[in-house]
Amino acid sequence: MNFSNFLLMRQEIALLAIILLLLIAEIFIPKNKKESIIHLALFLFGIHTIIGFFNIDENSLFGGMFRTNNLIHFFKNILNLGVFILLLQSADWIKEKILNQNKGSEFFILLFSSLLGIYFMISAGDFLMFYLGLELSTLPVAALAAYETAKRISSESGIKLILSSALASGVSLFGISMLYATSGSIYFDELLLTLSSNHLSLLGMVLLFAGISFKISLVPFHFWTADVYEGAPISIASYLSVISKGAAVFILMILLFTVLQPLADLWEKMIYFIAIATMFIGNLFALRQQNMKRFLAFSSIAQAGFILLGLIADSQLGTATVVYFVLIYIFSNLAAFGVVQAISLQSGKERIKDYEGLYRTNPNLSLVLMLALFSLAGIPPVAGFFGKFFLFTAAASEGYYFLVFLAVVNVTISLYYYLLVVRAMFLRKGENPIPFFRNKIYMRIGLVITVIGILLLGIYSPLYDYIYELSSVFN
Amino acid sequence: MNLNYVILIPLIPLAVFLILGLFYNRIKPAISGYIGVLGLVISTGLSLYSAYQYFIVIGKTEGIYQTLVEKTVWMNFAETLHIDMGILVDPISVMMLIVVSVVSLMVHIYSRGYMKGDPGYTKYFAFLSLFTFSMYGLVLATNLFQIYIFWELVGVSSYLLIGYYYTKESAVAAAKKAFIVTRFADLGFLIGILIIGYYTGTFDFETLNNPEGASILNWASSSFMGLSMLTWALILIFIGGAGKSAMFPLHIWLPDAMEGPTPVSALIHAATMVVAGVYLVARLFPMYYFVEEGYALNIVAFVGAFTALFAAVIAITQTDIKRVLAFSTMSQLGYMMMSLGVSGYEGHEGLGYMASMFHLFTHAMFKALLFLCAGSVIHAIHSNFLKDMGGLRKYMPITNITFLIAALAIAGIPPLAGFWSKDEILVAAFEHSKFIYIIGLFVAGLTAFYIFRIYFGIFWGKEGNYQQKPHESPGSMTAPLLVLAFLSIAVGFIPFSEFISPDKAGFETHINYPLAAIAVIAALIGIALSWLFYKKENTLADQFANRLGVLFTWAFHKFYMDELYLFVTKKILFNLIARSAARFDKKYVDGTMVGIGNQTVNTSEKIKGLQSGKVQDYAFAFIAGAVILAILCIYIWS
Repeated sequence: MNFSNFLLMRQEIALLAIILLLLIAEIFIPKNKKESIIHLALFLFGIHTIIGFFNIDENSLFGGMFRTNNLIHFFKNILNLGVFILLLQSADWIKEKILNQNKGSEFFILLFSSLLGIYFMISAGDFLMFYLGLELSTLPVAALAAYETAKRISSESGIKLILSSALASGVSLFGISMLYATSGSIYFDELLLTLSSNHLSLLGMVLLFAGISFKISLVPFHFWTADVYEGAPISIASYLSVISKGAAVFILMILLFTVLQPLADLWEKMIYFIAIATMFIGNLFALRQQNMKRFLAFSSIAQAGFILLGLIADSQLGTATVVYFVLIYIFSNLAAFGVVQAISLQSGKERIKDYEGLYRTNPNLSLVLMLALFSLAGIPPVAGFFGKFFLFTAAASEGYYFLVFLAVVNVTISLYYYLLVVRAMFLRKGENPIPFFRNKIYMRIGLVITVIGILLLGIYSPLYDYIYELSSVFN
Repeated sequence: MNLNYVILIPLIPLAVFLILGLFYNRIKPAISGYIGVLGLVISTGLSLYSAYQYFIVIGKTEGIYQTLVEKTVWMNFAETLHIDMGILVDPISVMMLIVVSVVSLMVHIYSRGYMKGDPGYTKYFAFLSLFTFSMYGLVLATNLFQIYIFWELVGVSSYLLIGYYYTKESAVAAAKKAFIVTRFADLGFLIGILIIGYYTGTFDFETLNNPEGASILNWASSSFMGLSMLTWALILIFIGGAGKSAMFPLHIWLPDAMEGPTPVSALIHAATMVVAGVYLVARLFPMYYFVEEGYALNIVAFVGAFTALFAAVIAITQTDIKRVLAFSTMSQLGYMMMSLGVSGYEGHEGLGYMASMFHLFTHAMFKALLFLCAGSVIHAIHSNFLKDMGGLRKYMPITNITFLIAALAIAGIPPLAGFWSKDEILVAAFEHSKFIYIIGLFVAGLTAFYIFRIYFGIFWGKEGNYQQKPHESPGSMTAPLLVLAFLSIAVGFIPFSEFISPDKAGFETHINYPLAAIAVIAALIGIALSWLFYKKENTLADQFANRLGVLFTWAFHKFYMDELYLFVTKKILFNLIARSAARFDKKYVDGTMVGIGNQTVNTSEKIKGLQSGKVQDYAFAFIAGAVILAILCIYIWS
């Protein structure tokens, strides 16, 4: 066996090494210096993120169970960057709320385990690896959602997540077994050749789709989202809405564009209706939320609906726009969650009403949140506009004009509620606004990176061209 | 040979703008002036150096000056249609770099004296740098869309600078007027760009300008209302150019734009921005010439000739010296357009094109000089009006001499710069059409008359009623005057046709003595008449004006163009169309929108029960959703 083949799994091996290193470090770090675990984890993961940007060969391992190519590799790098920003933003929270319960290193280990699961999931070459990855990515997050054990609502969130995700993974496993039953294979490459549109494989496809839709929180598989986001620690809500969702979109795209390609006529219809339902439900619910976390939960549901417009295009353009949108979405949403995190940690306030008059007391934070919301709403010149614009272009290029029209209607609705928050911050006086505070260094770096991303990603066009080039692999 | 440093020429003023704009409050005014001047000195140095390299060191390859392009794709729409950003170096862009650099540098230096003590000193220099950056970008643009972006940017900078004295109501009104009128023209430009993009699939100048290229050959034939689509596009683009270059009837903003500080008028509204329209037509000249045998070019020629005459007539009657200069600018711009319009393409036939660029170049020098001299006078006696002036030659010797040089130059007296370029224009017109030549000749006489009218009015005649004794301006203001005066004499001797011609090959010109003599005589008659009328205080001029009667009154009121515009907009557009549209909008459009909004909120209210908070409900929805999808997939869709 040629051991250099293992270099294809460089990212996975490195992440595993980090997890083990953190486990060992936990033993050796003295009680009064618990803080250093945060610095260590950030340092290691930062290096991991940077090393990730070196190129990788395209190949598969273990008889096709594990495969990688430049697009998958690039997507892992996007996720790494997202997790790194997320860690920067949650460092203070860990320090103040988690370390004293002696659970600091566990947080990182669980989070990284979930990320490792995601790696395997998107690199999977067959359904076995896919399913293992899926489970590994979900279970640790359920534990993390219940992490603030002192809060009842956090436990509730954990329970809800674990119950719902158990159902979802059961359903998708059921679907996989049906696909296996009709085609006799679990390898993606072989399935592609043998899959036909008989009833059993159609049912299998629907169930598999439902299972993954759960992670992307598409309507009607989305109900857990708001409750879990509200109860879970903000870092975890952020992780669920950004990293986990992004990865699920990516694997769904791979499955649809490769394995399920023979059934494209049917899933395109399915996605058509689900996209409409998801956009409308997400937006209509987001309209009336009072709590920032629930608000962002529904907003992220609506965003998922927009992403489907890229999937429905089923082309290289579709792939490229989806990856590009996810990249932008990661930056925008992390910026929004980052500000919510900072404010919640400082003052414990999470309601939209509490944000009134924020501009007067904390102008910088308000500007960051404003940029983030503008990007989510898709206002030019920030990145979100270009992301949405390209998604719509992809759908329109395949002739889905009515769908694009509905999406534009939804953008208008979403503009209303995003601007509600902006109005609260900038135009309302507020009776007792959140007093001025300064963020710690990690949080500040985390926010600055997201702002740079929001401002530059849309304008720096070679990036999109690069993604477009990579995207040829699945079509 | 590497000309990559050319990209620095626009970037330096941009950096200056950002520095001055961002640290507006922290920089001392004196320092901000130095920063602005320093940036421009570097840019000017680079411009001159690039001209030296381009024309002398690189020179011609295969007998023509090559076009050098550096660009990146900025937005990609299709295989061929994309928007690029980059720099394009060819003879006319290098020439424009020099014009913009030199005039802008002189204006920067001059402004340090002129604007001294102004509360917005730093802001003023920031705007000047923004303008210079935009103008460089416009000049160096590689494609129609890029030029359009910078086109709008110069528009914005011009708006900011016209409205610089924003506490003055008339300045604000003038700024708005300039912006709105040019925006209307730019609408034509934009539509023209889109038509070209749609039909030819490219915005790129090089592709478009290739006479044998597919973009001209294939689409020149597709017709719409009797003309080909490309001709329509070119006419629309010319409307954009006419707006910026103040061609009749889109000229009404330029006289009002004189509300800005005088150095600004010299830079933007005399030497650089207003020639953007001329430059645009020159940039697309091969297209203009080859598409439908130059149909659009004829329009350019006649609009140019008419504007030249129209503006010169008005200029005679105005009493505000800056307005006289403004109308004079219009008239000279008309000259340049006219010259482009009568030009051919190959070899010596390209004389009109070359003459137009030549006149653009020389005009920039002496017109900037005229404005700066006017600024110097206004600085000294705090009035724009001829009636407050007179006899200033004793108090302001330098301004007097430099103004005289500029006046002789614009009048076309040899051997000053204006003579050479104007002569070429008249020769080109003569060879193309006698009618246009006669107009040109008449305008040349009028030009000499009106410019010496204000010269005698300011520096000779009866001394004005000055409260304090006027004195010569400080060195920072007179130095640029002297430099520009020198240039107004010297630049005429540049062998322009060697460098600039439509086919980029260059050709030799010889003076056509009979035509030159006629032009000089026309100018001398103009000067002599104004000497008779205005050198000494007398009533000849008034008698003459009375004799002309209605014609004089009309010209004095600028042929009532402003009133006509106001009538059309206020009475017809606002009252008849806008009011009813507003009513419709309020009642029906708004009503529908409010209704939809309310309905959305209601729906949101109604469905909130779905989110019950119970996991079993969620599970039910999950399974139900999957089952429904399965049923749809298996039994209905397949």
